[in-house]
Amino acid sequence: MNKYHLTHLKELEAESIYVLREVAAQFENPALLFSGGKDSIVCFHLAKKAFWPAKVPFPLVHVDTGHNFKETLDFRDDLVKKNGVNLIVGSVQESIDSGKVTEEKGFNASRNALQTVTLLDTIEKYKFDACMGGARRDEEKARAKERFFSHRDEFGQWDPKNQRPELWNLFNGKKNIGEHFRVFPISNWTEMDVWQYILLEQIELPSLYFTHQRECFIRDGVIYAHENIIPLKPNEKPEKMQVRFRTIGDISCTGAVLSNASTLEEIVEEVAATRVTERGSRIDDKRSEAAMEDRKKQGYF
Amino acid sequence: MSKEGYLNMDLLRFTTAGSVDDGKSTLIGRLLYDSKSIFEDQLEAVETASKKKGEEHVNLALLTDGLRAEREQGITIDVAYRYFATPKRKFIIADTPGHIQYTRNMVTGASSANLAIILVDARKGILEQTIRHSFIASLLQIPHIIYCINKMDLVEYSETVFEKIKKELEAFSAKLDVKDITFIPISALKGDNVVERSTTMNWYQGPTLMYLLENIHISGDHNLIDARFPVQYVIRPQSTEYHDFRGYAGRMASGVLKKGEEIMVLPSGFTTRIKSIYSSSTEQEEAFAPMSVTVTLDDEIDISRGDMIVRVNNQPEQTQEIDVMLCWFNEKPLVLNGKYALKHTTKEVRCIVKDIRYKMDINTLSRNTENKMVNMNDIARINLRTTAPLLADKYHRNRITGSLILIDEATNETVAAGMII
Repeated sequence: MNKYHLTHLKELEAESIYVLREVAAQFENPALLFSGGKDSIVCFHLAKKAFWPAKVPFPLVHVDTGHNFKETLDFRDDLVKKNGVNLIVGSVQESIDSGKVTEEKGFNASRNALQTVTLLDTIEKYKFDACMGGARRDEEKARAKERFFSHRDEFGQWDPKNQRPELWNLFNGKKNIGEHFRVFPISNWTEMDVWQYILLEQIELPSLYFTHQRECFIRDGVIYAHENIIPLKPNEKPEKMQVRFRTIGDISCTGAVLSNASTLEEIVEEVAATRVTERGSRIDDKRSEAAMEDRKKQGYF
Repeated sequence: MSKEGYLNMDLLRFTTAGSVDDGKSTLIGRLLYDSKSIFEDQLEAVETASKKKGEEHVNLALLTDGLRAEREQGITIDVAYRYFATPKRKFIIADTPGHIQYTRNMVTGASSANLAIILVDARKGILEQTIRHSFIASLLQIPHIIYCINKMDLVEYSETVFEKIKKELEAFSAKLDVKDITFIPISALKGDNVVERSTTMNWYQGPTLMYLLENIHISGDHNLIDARFPVQYVIRPQSTEYHDFRGYAGRMASGVLKKGEEIMVLPSGFTTRIKSIYSSSTEQEEAFAPMSVTVTLDDEIDISRGDMIVRVNNQPEQTQEIDVMLCWFNEKPLVLNGKYALKHTTKEVRCIVKDIRYKMDINTLSRNTENKMVNMNDIARINLRTTAPLLADKYHRNRITGSLILIDEATNETVAAGMII
């Protein structure tokens, strides 16, 4: 390879760092949405690189459904402590208690959709004008149409048919009062790129991503962690399984995969061989063909 | 995939031009499918959706049409980005729709592409849209164009048909400004010369499309001559450890900068030397496009976002009066003497449209000086005056320091893309 040529990971990194700096330059009060999942961990890693030796100039915002894995929350708190960043938690439980949202009922109840209200309330409360997130275009077909700088109106809504064209590396973050932006620095990364980059940079992850024994049960072909949040149906029997998680979200909508991968190298190999997308185990996307688009229009991340 | 393998992969961004009738979705579907980039659950979802719509075959277009309205109307509305990788390269496809707002979408997709695939139906030959696609590819200075003469299976894999279209395209593209053009006879439907070599076109000795995508030489696509470093953000930690650290962060637009080198800061014109170059916390000897780096300088100079670090003997033009080729994106037409916000590199100024010189008829490539009404999807040459000087290069020489966008100051919408002439 030519001396003046970047590898694909370095070129993606350069692009993402450019986007993160553009956010810091164009907005007054940005924040990084942090779920404790690998994509938001990579975003934070890139942010540290973008502003070194200064601190990351924006807080992390976690929308906590109250149904998170303990491992995720411990990892989050540890990361915040180590890096001396500011963490803001938006609580879905509080939104429920204050009557702003109503909890779903039944066996497949999930707080996934309720997050949107809490997120928009948090944005309004802290007056964030740009919220960055680790969404990628390869994840889901509605996200394939997403911009780096995604404009949201005063109700937090996404209008996919009327998006601003994005050319070269010129990002238009202009807005009226009350409107805000969602920004996706790793838009062009694939799941494989993320794992290769985590391996290359030796980025720390929650233990959930690596193989472990866990009490699980199977419903509609999906392996669920047996925690008290999801009520079991009479025929469902939890048993010990050797699993890991490909994505980490709220317990009620994250499926596990059977896996023995205990190192990053083994995970990269596993991802290369797999024939199902990572969102194949996300129950939140399976509700309808346009589930993601509909949630995004309402202000979902 | 071995670790050594993916650590040596590079990235090719390409755009595909053509309408549904040209077999574009079929071609993309085949590239994704044959490179094993379509997953089982995606295929299942598309199969279910195809059945629901009562279609006989699995409609691969449903893979790329992500929005509800697109699926309902059976058309593509917006640029969709697709990803696949082979052991040699990672690819990003900007898939641009052929129907609505064609120019706007293709220009957007083309702006960051190293390569364009233009599909030509072997039965129909060069159409108006072939001319339009080719013109936009050359206007946006995409370095490589591949003409895929598709549906060869419907013309009995005839060499005569292919050669005739190729000759016509060669004659026509001589008028355009494109560096590297290739012609491949394919059948996207049957798979001939897409990933696998055709067994029915032995007369064709050239590469398959996939071979070309994997091997085309792209490291020469970046301008490595003119050092241009637009300052994006100033890093001042103000911590005890880095008390006096003052770093200029940005992405190299073009060229190379070296540690110790004498540089000039524009527009102030002060000269100093580069003290250090950091890629995050790692010190580098040099920086080149498209790296994102942080630079420190020997002397303390007042530098802010929008300034540019260049070499003393190689400077961009400083000008408030520029001619640009403009693609108009908005329903509201361009206003002569109208004022717009203008973004160029990391600088933002205001500008006024002083003159509309001509409108381009992109179907015939002729200039229209009579009707100068610039509507959505029109391309026109205009003259702008800016409130502050731009540090500009000609787009032909530099795709980053030669490009700009216009923004409507009332709605904040991006209304036009411009290439400096």
